[in-house]
Amino acid sequence: MPLEKEGILSLEELARLPAWPSPERLAQGPVVIIECAQEIPCNPCEDACRQGAITVGEPITNLPQLAEDKCTGCGLCIAECPGQAIFVVDLTYSDTEATVQLPREFLPLPDKGEWVDGLDRAGEKVCAARVLKVLNPAVFDRTPVITVAVPKEFAMQVRNIARRG
Amino acid sequence: MRIENHPILGAREQLPTVLIEVDGQVIEAVAGEPIAAALVAAGRMVFRYTRKRHEPRGLFCAIGRCTDCMMVVDGVPNVRTCVTPVRAGMKIQTQHGLGQAKGGHDAND
Amino acid sequence: MQTTDLAVVGAGPAGLAAAIAAASAGVRVLLIDENARPGGQLFKQIHKFFGSKDHYAGTRGIDIGTRLLSDVEALGVEVMLDSVVWGIFADHTLGVIRDRRNVRVQAGSICLATGASENALAFPGWTLPGVMGAGAIQTLINVERVLPGKRVLMVGSGNVGLIVSYQLLQAGAQVVAVVEALPRVGGYGVHAGKLRRNGVPILTSTTIREARGKDRVEKATTVVLDERWRQVPGTEREYDVDVICLALGLTPLSELAWMAGCQFAYIPQLGGHVPIHDEDMQTTVPGIYVAGDLAGIEEASTAMEEGKLAGIAVAQALGHLSAAEACRRKEAVFKRLDELRSGPFGEARQKAKTRLCHPAVEEQSAPRPRPGPKHSERQG
Repeated sequence: MPLEKEGILSLEELARLPAWPSPERLAQGPVVIIECAQEIPCNPCEDACRQGAITVGEPITNLPQLAEDKCTGCGLCIAECPGQAIFVVDLTYSDTEATVQLPREFLPLPDKGEWVDGLDRAGEKVCAARVLKVLNPAVFDRTPVITVAVPKEFAMQVRNIARRG
Repeated sequence: MRIENHPILGAREQLPTVLIEVDGQVIEAVAGEPIAAALVAAGRMVFRYTRKRHEPRGLFCAIGRCTDCMMVVDGVPNVRTCVTPVRAGMKIQTQHGLGQAKGGHDAND
Repeated sequence: MQTTDLAVVGAGPAGLAAAIAAASAGVRVLLIDENARPGGQLFKQIHKFFGSKDHYAGTRGIDIGTRLLSDVEALGVEVMLDSVVWGIFADHTLGVIRDRRNVRVQAGSICLATGASENALAFPGWTLPGVMGAGAIQTLINVERVLPGKRVLMVGSGNVGLIVSYQLLQAGAQVVAVVEALPRVGGYGVHAGKLRRNGVPILTSTTIREARGKDRVEKATTVVLDERWRQVPGTEREYDVDVICLALGLTPLSELAWMAGCQFAYIPQLGGHVPIHDEDMQTTVPGIYVAGDLAGIEEASTAMEEGKLAGIAVAQALGHLSAAEACRRKEAVFKRLDELRSGPFGEARQKAKTRLCHPAVEEQSAPRPRPGPKHSERQG
């Protein structure tokens, strides 16, 4: 699906991005997922990473590159991305579940422990999700980061949530 | 409708309010806000009616350029309500046509 | 009559940046704005900006505005608010209406940073209350904290349409769809992605056909366009909405530049008639500079850089900066501007800006005669 027509990319297109982590790295623990596919002048992600895992370089229109061994999945870059295109996925959370850390600038924020709908990139509900953490420190400048647990098979689809009721 | 809570702007500050009159009805406005904002917050979207076909007009550009938002304010017609701040006791009326200057047509009765 | 070395007309990002760049080099600056608050459109931009650290990337527009304002204050720039510059004359006099009185300002140099106005689209029902420009909606929701309706149809998928749609969601409204007449989304994929994952449909090759309602918008009908821009019968779709937002691009607010006798070129990629200017942002009228959207529709970040160029150029012209120092400062700005105008989204603007400095004859709008004595003759 062309980005310019739909506003979203397929998983196949995303997996071709330079910063996409390898299956081996995904199997090791939490890692960043950068869904940034256009050459726009933008590089806050590079400065945000304390491990130096993300590189944009010059020109700043370059797509981000990932040194996946340096990435600890800390998620500090999530709130920094002005396009809110960065997530952290942990496929090793449990035998059946993965976690997804995602940015969400809407009220009301969910509560820890709450069950919500896991939405895919097209806004469709694909599964139930459980809120594990809601981080909203001052340093995120009002971009809260929410960690949800989802069935493992939906880890690469869930990129948003909707509260129920 | 006022936005009480906002994910970026935070909770709405309880600022001083003033009372203004719109077509005889008293409404509460935030001191110093544009007249148009107070009206839209109160759910009023029609600000005037055109001269020939009496069609409703309301806020369009909100930056003082298009004149769609003009109303009669304290007896003075053609006041751009999007760039005019409210004052306590202001009397605002829906404008019909072009308003009335001294000796002009289209009286706003 | 008030005098000053540099009068800056417009206190948006371009004007603020010009005032700061000139004043920090020692130029006496008067900053004039018709609004009660300076900052232009910056105080509506509640989202984080793109670019690099040098462009305040990751900082919200509102916070950039606050920073610029405090810089202006710290430099002792005189700021005249609620003041409309209605005229500009051959001897660099400005006519200003302030407190219902006409005031004249005599300026050595003038920087016009008057920004742009929104484009509109006429369709049946477009005059109904509830049909508003994107700027109007942004002012209401982000500055006045007032929601004009609960169900919005967004017309236009450039960055403004996409960003305002997202901000409408944040304000508590529903965006029933974003329609875009072109066969592709105009703005960034990441902005579109945020809307899609929040359930907002983005419909390309689609436009608004009609709005209906008694005293305000109640319904909107959209229709698909074929590759020749014709409405395709049978593709009409009706939405229940109470607001229709028009995000259809901007056009430079150029009355003062015309009045001053500046030469223009017609460059669609920059919004239409744009004043011809050189790399110092100086127009064809010596001593008159332009910056920001007036000089070509771009973004707040490029507006700030252009304002800096104009401020540096004026400081140099008045002898406050050596040629070498001015050159050094300008080179830093050129580098940042090149970055902001790179990539597939910036290329067309980069080419257009280059052409603007050296326009082809057929692109030039009808020239106006240059009135009055030459600036250089008076400065000596």
